[in-house]
Amino acid sequence: MSLPRTVGIAGLAALGALVALAGVVAWLNLLGEERLGPAPPRIPASAELLARGEALTRAGDCTGCHTARGGRFLAGGRAIETPFGNVFASNLTPDADTGLATWSADEFWRALHHGRSKSGRLLYPAFPYPNYTRVSRADADAMFAYLQSLPPVAQANRAHTLAFPFGTQAALAVWRALYFRPAVHVDDPARSAEWNRGAYLVEGLGHCNACHSARNALGATRGTLDLQGGLIPVQNWYAPSLASPREASVAGWSRHEVVQLLKTGIAPHGFVMGPMSDVVLNSTQHLSDTDLTAMATYLQALPPPTEGDPPPAAVPAPSARGAALYKDHCVACHGERGEGVPGAYPALAGSRAVTMRSAANLVHIVLEGGFPPSTAGNPRPFGMPPFAPVLQDGDVAELLSFVRASWGNRAAPVSALDVARARTGRE
Amino acid sequence: MTSGAGRAPFFRFAALLLLLVAAPAMAGPFADTMAQRMLACTGCHGPEGRAAADGYYPRIAGKPSGYLFNQLLNFRDGRRAYALMTNLLAPLDDAYLREIAAHFAGLDLPYPAPASPTLSPTDLAAAARLVADGDAARNLPACSDCHGQAMTGTAPFVPGLVGLPRDYLNAQLGAWRNGKRVAQEPDCMAAIASRLAPEEIGRISAWLASQPVPAGAKPASGFAKPMPMACGGVPATSAAGTPR
Repeated sequence: MSLPRTVGIAGLAALGALVALAGVVAWLNLLGEERLGPAPPRIPASAELLARGEALTRAGDCTGCHTARGGRFLAGGRAIETPFGNVFASNLTPDADTGLATWSADEFWRALHHGRSKSGRLLYPAFPYPNYTRVSRADADAMFAYLQSLPPVAQANRAHTLAFPFGTQAALAVWRALYFRPAVHVDDPARSAEWNRGAYLVEGLGHCNACHSARNALGATRGTLDLQGGLIPVQNWYAPSLASPREASVAGWSRHEVVQLLKTGIAPHGFVMGPMSDVVLNSTQHLSDTDLTAMATYLQALPPPTEGDPPPAAVPAPSARGAALYKDHCVACHGERGEGVPGAYPALAGSRAVTMRSAANLVHIVLEGGFPPSTAGNPRPFGMPPFAPVLQDGDVAELLSFVRASWGNRAAPVSALDVARARTGRE
Repeated sequence: MTSGAGRAPFFRFAALLLLLVAAPAMAGPFADTMAQRMLACTGCHGPEGRAAADGYYPRIAGKPSGYLFNQLLNFRDGRRAYALMTNLLAPLDDAYLREIAAHFAGLDLPYPAPASPTLSPTDLAAAARLVADGDAARNLPACSDCHGQAMTGTAPFVPGLVGLPRDYLNAQLGAWRNGKRVAQEPDCMAAIASRLAPEEIGRISAWLASQPVPAGAKPASGFAKPMPMACGGVPATSAAGTPR
């Protein structure tokens, strides 16, 4: 065989493999999808259906992304920052030119369940359809009816600004072939109705794992069941593991306390800050006690991680500098022994938020300060001042290392580099 | 300081005493009050919101409540761009922001002594003229038309202009001129700042910062005459000029 002929055959084989692969990718993208029929005539939605749709829209935290800061309700325009570029949330109001006025319930269902737009275009998974695919058809229809009842807002959608090749439909098709399959929530008959309802909400509309799971280099999580914690890309807040007793497992709490945290933002042994504040503000505080109890039931039953406790970290004795900074800046609210003030200032002694492996949130909180959300159950929260203007990176590191190694806390120190990373990562 | 160096130890002792008195007041026992809740604000804006020493974080104590509320909304909703303020306010609802505004508006605290003027007499006179009369040829209203004859503001929406550091005033007028500070539409201060030359802004800021705040100064209760232009932060009913 001559050399050119060999190359020719190899080239043909490669081309054939490529075509076959493209075929597989296309097939995986359309798996389980039925052709949409003509849109059925619209029937007027009952008040009950609209109320249910509104509650489900809250459960999905749609406003968290689809309402821009200071913008009109659900009219889109907010940038979702990802490591691949910005994805802009779309207008969900029933505006004829820029919103969902011309969509059918079938098309809305297909967007949630298959991640495809009205035109059939593949949607970016910043829209959490790997979770929303589990939403039932009846719930999707209720949400659609509610969205169609909103006042229409004429606000054109903004084009995404993603780096090549992530902005292409081909790249999305490959991503979906690797990481997305349409799914349906199926009740586990061995579990209670409450647990099953919780699973449906946590894995589906709640899309908890969109933050509480680690993402790989292509931005995929380990699946909707994984709630083992992860660093939120770009924001660099750490969404703690909801399964690990060393992080944010609520298995040891009373069910009432878990509901309280999701409803009010504070509970006797925990509080929300940062991105979770937004979730409580926009989503969970609006849910019914029944749904919150179901979510709590599911979260409390999460199996703890299989790997055992890590060997105890070598914790150096806290520095005098750290102690002095604590005395100057923190003791007035958090107390001589890190005991805090119930209902106002969290205890630092024995707090998992302080001792968990990642110190990313501590750095954020010290630099930026913050309030828990103002909710019906905690309308006038106490706040923490930002220390970014007064403390250098080295000071923040000394201070946090002190807090992580005092009053019985035994967590590894924080370096000035950790602080610098958090400081520059955000702004 | 005009007194001799011999009095310096006394001042140091007095400052120390003041610190000793002030420190327990800050670190006092927990109280379920607005002041306690607002420690998140006074860390930068100074004790009780009287302004910090650096001149960058402005006084908020005693500013009109409607003005403070509008600024809280502007930061939270992204019209004013300062990430620390935006992040801090993001999880707070309108009702609480209104209460925060009312808390700081209700504080009646003494003002610091004004800065000594740094301008030539000619520049000072030019600044004083612009503040008091505006410039009709450029469609510039007098500052006092809205901010009050005594420039201590007009309740509840228009802030006072005296008792503020020069750097802060410069930064705000400059930000309006560059489109970095944005208020509700129509953004009257953006229009006014765009008609001012940068050196005029510098002069006005220096002149305002050198004015003493009258003892017991309060914002005027209403506009003496209708506002010369529409401002998004001031509802038409308030702008019409009926003293409240």
